[in-house]
Amino acid sequence: MKKSHIFALVAIAAAIGIIIGNTGDASTYVSFDQAYQMASTGNSTQIHVVGDLKKDATGNIVGIEKSADKLSFSFILVDENQKEQKVYYNEPMPPDFTRSEKVVVIGGYQNNSFVASKILLKCPSKYQEEKINTSSL
Amino acid sequence: MHYFIGDLGHFFIILSFVTSLVSAFAYWKTINTTDDLREPWRKNARLAFYTHLAAVLGVVVCLFVIIYQHYFEYHYAYSHSSRHLPGQYMVSCFWEGQEGSFLLWIFWQALIGIVLIHSQKKWEAPVMVVFSLVQAFLASMILGVVIPWLDLKLGSSPFILLRDAIDDPIFNLQPDFIPKDGSGLNPLLQNYWMVIHPPTLFLGFALTLVPFAFCVAGLWQKQYAEWIKPALPWTLIGAGILGLGILMGGYWAYETLNFGGYWNWDPVENAVYVPWLVMIASIHTMIIYKNNQTALKSSIILVIAVFVLILYSTFLTRSGILGDASVHSFTDLGLSGQLLIYLLFFTVAAIGLAIWRWKHIPSSDKEATIYSREFWIFSGATILCFSGFHVIIPTSYPVINEIGGWFGLDLRLAVPGDQIHYYSRYQIWFGVLVALASGTAQFFWWRKIDKSNLLKELLYPVLISLVVFALIISMGKIYKPAYLVLTLAGVYLIVSNLKVLFTVSKVNKSLSGGAIAHLGVGLMLIGIMFSAGYSNVVSLNNTGMLISKDLPTEFNRDNLLLFIHEPRQMAGYEIEFLGERVKPNGIRGYVSKNDIDLTLDPYKVIATKDIYFKDKKILNASDTFEINPENTFYEVELRKEGKVAAVLFPRVQINPAMGGFVASPDIERHAGRDLYTHVSLPMNREEEPEWSELTEERVQLNQPFFVNDYVATLEEVVRIHEIDGFKLDEADVAVKAKIKVKGERHEYFAEPIFLIRSKSQVGRIPAEINDLGVKITLLNIHPDTGEFSLGINTRQKDWVIIKAIEMPLINVLWLGTCVLMVGFTVAMVRRFKDFSKEN
Repeated sequence: MKKSHIFALVAIAAAIGIIIGNTGDASTYVSFDQAYQMASTGNSTQIHVVGDLKKDATGNIVGIEKSADKLSFSFILVDENQKEQKVYYNEPMPPDFTRSEKVVVIGGYQNNSFVASKILLKCPSKYQEEKINTSSL
Repeated sequence: MHYFIGDLGHFFIILSFVTSLVSAFAYWKTINTTDDLREPWRKNARLAFYTHLAAVLGVVVCLFVIIYQHYFEYHYAYSHSSRHLPGQYMVSCFWEGQEGSFLLWIFWQALIGIVLIHSQKKWEAPVMVVFSLVQAFLASMILGVVIPWLDLKLGSSPFILLRDAIDDPIFNLQPDFIPKDGSGLNPLLQNYWMVIHPPTLFLGFALTLVPFAFCVAGLWQKQYAEWIKPALPWTLIGAGILGLGILMGGYWAYETLNFGGYWNWDPVENAVYVPWLVMIASIHTMIIYKNNQTALKSSIILVIAVFVLILYSTFLTRSGILGDASVHSFTDLGLSGQLLIYLLFFTVAAIGLAIWRWKHIPSSDKEATIYSREFWIFSGATILCFSGFHVIIPTSYPVINEIGGWFGLDLRLAVPGDQIHYYSRYQIWFGVLVALASGTAQFFWWRKIDKSNLLKELLYPVLISLVVFALIISMGKIYKPAYLVLTLAGVYLIVSNLKVLFTVSKVNKSLSGGAIAHLGVGLMLIGIMFSAGYSNVVSLNNTGMLISKDLPTEFNRDNLLLFIHEPRQMAGYEIEFLGERVKPNGIRGYVSKNDIDLTLDPYKVIATKDIYFKDKKILNASDTFEINPENTFYEVELRKEGKVAAVLFPRVQINPAMGGFVASPDIERHAGRDLYTHVSLPMNREEEPEWSELTEERVQLNQPFFVNDYVATLEEVVRIHEIDGFKLDEADVAVKAKIKVKGERHEYFAEPIFLIRSKSQVGRIPAEINDLGVKITLLNIHPDTGEFSLGINTRQKDWVIIKAIEMPLINVLWLGTCVLMVGFTVAMVRRFKDFSKEN
């Protein structure tokens, strides 16, 4: 066997190792129920849940609670299966939070509470306006 | 309405598309024709490419005129610019949109094409066929032409009118409606780095085409190895500029974004980082080939891979497929199909060509031993490729999920929340391997080494590295095993290259490029290790307030709530919020919001007194000056042992059109570490503050009393004859009280007014002291006792929430970057000289 063949074999093994290593640790998009099951079986990996903020009949967002010192807040997220879950977030509330169409929370369950370590906001038309500001006529 | 300029621009786009196709065809004919017709075809091809360049310049000029002249009837000007945008950022508007950035790319490639036409006699025709085809694909992205019978829109033109882009009812009433102002440039992009980072990055993108074009030309013309010589200097300049562009982006992120770093492993960043790594690897295999005629096939594979990866990154970032995976906002222009065809065309064509010619490509049967320099360089290049491979897989999760979907698989793969950790913990080991391989390769490169002298050669560098390493860890207090190994590897890389640099520069300075570049990499590794591995949040909240009892105790908070003039302790500093400031345009310094009067124009304010900044007078009382009303700066003072250590002005930009507020940090720079501070949440000024119930205080002149726990005195009450410039009638009586309140740092004056109109109507105008959160009203005057009744309301004092991070040794990273660029320049100059010597 030539040395270059050994080199190639090592390279292929490394490539497979990288793929397995990557996907093995990859997170997944799940629902709150799945996330809860994962946490209760001792799986503490960070997971992604996509959902909408809870709204009342008139379309107002409900369930946002800010801490007394404004340094953190909690809100209610409704996942794809319509399950509601209170989510705690350890940072001040982003000002455009209530405008967001969809919220991706990344985190996990801790003592029956969902604690987000990161929030991604999907704001509609954040940098692309749909209506023209005609007030400056 | 200025229709002409847009129509002209659109004409130039179509012209540039057509001429690129003509040029490709004519160059192809130059190759595949009889000898007597070759020169006429070449002339035609050149003419077509020159016309193409002229057309591209025409497009650029037209678009720039539209932005610069504020023609808001055009969608591009409306959505990326505004009247108050400073001149230098007009340039950034140009490439903020997808169309403009495509245009920038086309522009660079057209210029490079002209350089190649005049410098590559032998290679001109085949290389330019590839170039012109790529130009045609890129031009088609901004074509904006609808093919009627297919109902297919080809490309998105930057010259589209607002009324065609946006469906707004106003255009039904008034088709010629032109907005008075644009919606402005994304505030994050209003930074000088954004003026130079995109052009640099796109020049790097454009330069990756050169080695690819040479490689394809070589395979096509059966010049299987000859293409390497002209391609190598271009690959060096391309890798240098692309690397510079990437790092400029990192530096911009560090200065402007508030995630507290320069690299976030975001898909957008990864998508350019991976081709860059592979490009570096391709430089190394090309150098191996130039020295001992091996690694030719590897070079061909890598050079093709770089360009395909650049196309793939274009597809990822512009097709909208990243969707939920990236925090960056992309506007999907509906080009995904076109981008996919672009990607597949060149991937399939290049790989197909390589497979077709594969068995003709000469390869060497020489076996590399572990003592050969080729072995070490090849290993280094392989590690770089694997490092890129490791990054590209998670970056492609959205693509993998999509493809899985076609086969009915519901994969739902995602990068974990802590993506920096996810990537870094493997990338750190690739860094270690690269450092070890390239440090060692340098010895083999410059000296013949075998078993007998290996120990002798390596002994001193290893010993010196160990000593320096011991010094660093004893000072830096590094305990994590991975960081220890990386530090050692980085130091070894620096030491070995310093030794080589010393030896080589005695012989021939022009050969020292490689050693300098590797030295830079070593410095960068050390800088990255410290600044990222040992950055720590210093603004830890120690008030002990809890959000919920359900949560475990490690629910720590990294932000600090600061009330104005109430110092807090933070990581050995005493930190105090001093108030909100505005920045006069064109003047160094900041002005307190207490010291300005607003005018009808939000961009102009008047100073109410002489303004000093750092003991220097910057404005006179009643000067009118210009500000950007979107920006507020929060003055934060840091003190150490009673002495002022730093005064920082982190910025908050309020821009409702952009959807909220954007915070940018202010950085206190030291040689050894940076202190990085940004606002996490400002006070919302739109909300009415909640005032306490009014309390009444009866006081005499000069008698001290308390206002919100501050000592106050009523200094005088005087009759006035006008209020805010309005003259009062003879029958009216108005008095103004002057109340002095002693704050923590300054004395403040409140001047409430009491007014009796036409002897019967009583009016009271209260006065507010913003910093102290008090409002004082002159309620009544009691001439019998000489007393005055004052009404006092209080509210929560002004506050701001900040986050502060310490970044040690980050300047070593920036220093390493500069050294790396010097290395690239030296190497490139040498290879260009090599090339021109033989032509």
